[in-house]
Amino acid sequence: MAPVQVRGTVLTVRRVDAYVAMTVVAPAIATRFRPGQFLAVAVGGPASSMLARRTFSVHDVRPDHGGTVEFVFPAREPGAQWLADCRARDVLDVVGPLGRPFPVPRDPASCLLLGVGPGAAPLFALASRLAERNCPTDFLLGAESADRVFGALTARRTGRSAVITTTDGSLGSRGSVTDLLPTVVAQARTDVIYASAPLSVLRPVCALAARYAIPVQALVAEPPMTCGTGLCMGCVLPAVGKDGITRMVRACVDGPVFRGDQVRWDDVGTIPFDALGAPGWKPRPGPGGAASEERTHAG
Amino acid sequence: MPADLRTKIGHLDLPSPILTAAGCAGTGRELAQFTDVARIGAVTTMSVTLEPRAGNPAPRLAETPSGLLSAAGLQSPGVDGFLRRDLPWLLSRGARAVVSVAGHTAREYGELATRLSDAAGVTAIEVNLGCPDAAASGRPFALDPGAAGQVVAAVRGSARYDIPVFAKLSPEAGDIVSIAQACVTAGADGLSMINTLPGMVIDPVSLRPALAGHAGGLSGPAIRPIAVRCVWQVREALPDVPIIGTGGVRTGRDALEFLLAGAKLVAVGTVLFHDPSACARIQRELEEELAARGVDRVTDIVGRAHQSAGYAAERRGWV
Repeated sequence: MAPVQVRGTVLTVRRVDAYVAMTVVAPAIATRFRPGQFLAVAVGGPASSMLARRTFSVHDVRPDHGGTVEFVFPAREPGAQWLADCRARDVLDVVGPLGRPFPVPRDPASCLLLGVGPGAAPLFALASRLAERNCPTDFLLGAESADRVFGALTARRTGRSAVITTTDGSLGSRGSVTDLLPTVVAQARTDVIYASAPLSVLRPVCALAARYAIPVQALVAEPPMTCGTGLCMGCVLPAVGKDGITRMVRACVDGPVFRGDQVRWDDVGTIPFDALGAPGWKPRPGPGGAASEERTHAG
Repeated sequence: MPADLRTKIGHLDLPSPILTAAGCAGTGRELAQFTDVARIGAVTTMSVTLEPRAGNPAPRLAETPSGLLSAAGLQSPGVDGFLRRDLPWLLSRGARAVVSVAGHTAREYGELATRLSDAAGVTAIEVNLGCPDAAASGRPFALDPGAAGQVVAAVRGSARYDIPVFAKLSPEAGDIVSIAQACVTAGADGLSMINTLPGMVIDPVSLRPALAGHAGGLSGPAIRPIAVRCVWQVREALPDVPIIGTGGVRTGRDALEFLLAGAKLVAVGTVLFHDPSACARIQRELEEELAARGVDRVTDIVGRAHQSAGYAAERRGWV
């Protein structure tokens, strides 16, 4: 369903370990939302000097007050800090829900939900949706340290299994999610992986999953989005379409959830030489120059 | 009573002087989710090139105080893709399409104008002169009166007679008036200003330029006073040439400022990334600003700031 731009009233702002969790009353967004979609929030007030919207995956929607949406973020940069300083009853300009949601299996399948840091936030709405479809869910969560692991308790409570890993060993086992992925996949007999993590993690996760022939639905957090609505053409990454042609697609419109085998992970941040319209690219001779015809349809 | 926003440029009738600026409205579809594209003056498309272009790698944008630095590198579906997918969609929604064109030689621009003239429904052509000139080792066309004139002449010579051609000027040109004069002499029906200003942001974490393309173009409210000055200077020199004013327009009052400086049309750009419904809001605010000053028709106020202070005082009520 099409996204909407609303003025949403802040219901709560609270600290959750190293993050800030913010709940905003936005019935029109809450009713349209599907897991994996995100919000684009204007920061700094109406005459703000910060023109880029801040984009956040929706963590949860609840029916109270007509419908609320919650998102989670680290208050690291000035825009996020401004949001963290908002109080209940402040009004925010919010656009959403945006982007392609996680596709869910039609029949029960064993799903592994892999999240790193605040990237774990969108996985919990997905987990409830998978539960409705009778899909068993296993969690594999990671971060640098214990206070940066998001949702460990919820994962333990709602998942069939939950494995936590931290770089410094302060929670769960010491190491990274990629170290533990093969073990977890084997034990859980995983059919599908849902991953939400930085590119540096998604790349090896998709490579490993390809080796085991397990499909991955990957939610990308980079490149950073400026508008979130597809207008600015800023968040492009190279993805292979159904026709086998690589195009520079926008993470905000064609994503943020991509099939793992569609994104050319090793080429993110570049224009691959064979991408449509790359320097030196020549249209292929063929009926009607079909090369430019089809858009990438993820999934 | 709200003021009448209808604006006429040559034989073109537009319902409003508010347009989108080139490269800031996506394909139109993204914007249409938030604004009725038929109700704004026109949608200016992203620059169309002859062949598809992948553009620059990410990151392409960086936030600056009241602005954005961008180097998208003219990602474009190519003229074939544009005519097959994007233009028909805009027309099906009742939008008027001002098509921005970009190339590296005057011939490329001319060919684009021919292709666009063969298709039905192009409202106007805006010539993006900010592209590097292959014949002048990459200097933008907009910096040289001769090169700019050649491109405009190529477009005007190839475009159908009833499609107005606007030349988009750069504030980087030392003397913007001489470039404006060269474009008008070469046949431009109107001028559009300003394009972005070159700038750079260095990322304190990576210790490298923040954009993959290193330098980028600065846009947004940060450059608005520069844009207003350019519009003023060109209006002063060429009072009869229609001008599209653009650069950091955020509110109806900002649009009013451009109209007063001499722009007949005002394009909203970077602010759309911040507020995708900005065009409709600015139109509404402009109506209110005009009504508050007792102005019935928006066309009455164009170039008003050029009238002497004495005359303005005589006409009391101007805030």
